[in-house]
Amino acid sequence: MTPLEVAVSVLVAAGVFFVFVGAVGLIRLPDVYTRAHASSKADTLGAGFALAAVMLSFGFSSQAVKTAVLLIFVYVSSPTAAHAISRAAYRSGVEPWTAGDGDGGEEG
Amino acid sequence: MIDGALMYGAAAIAALAVVVMYRVVKGPTMQDRIVAINVIGTSTVVIIALVAAALDQPEYLDIALVYALLNFVLSIAVAKFTVDRGEVL
Repeated sequence: MTPLEVAVSVLVAAGVFFVFVGAVGLIRLPDVYTRAHASSKADTLGAGFALAAVMLSFGFSSQAVKTAVLLIFVYVSSPTAAHAISRAAYRSGVEPWTAGDGDGGEEG
Repeated sequence: MIDGALMYGAAAIAALAVVVMYRVVKGPTMQDRIVAINVIGTSTVVIIALVAAALDQPEYLDIALVYALLNFVLSIAVAKFTVDRGEVL
């Protein structure tokens, strides 16, 4: 294996790992705020690593620049969208989960 | 070898996107569903980019860019739609 192959494989694996973490957070956490918190951070990192792998495999070219633009856009837009959704949830009266609510989860 | 790694990554992320559909179906609030849809959209963008690199089809990156833009606009629009006076940003 060449160093490039190793680097691309490691970056793809890291991206899949963080998308997995985001999916687990989205399924397991108790309310919309914690879910947005987990999914936006893990998903941004996952997209970052995976798109870095894409950039590396395209090499030094205009495609790599296009992928970098895509990466910057995902980095800016994903947390902004999560913030807007959380704020919409707060405005429409979704109560934040607290330790007193017990396991919460499915109903909360 | 590189193509294989990128393709396997795309397949794994697609499987995880299907798992996230659980939250879209289950809810319970509208905002939970939007968060999950947003995650699926980001996963789709990543999958398109990975497939573009694996098949060496750079035109697919344009589609990924447009999809990322649509995904963002969709999240903001639906978030605004669920609030009465619409000040979400």
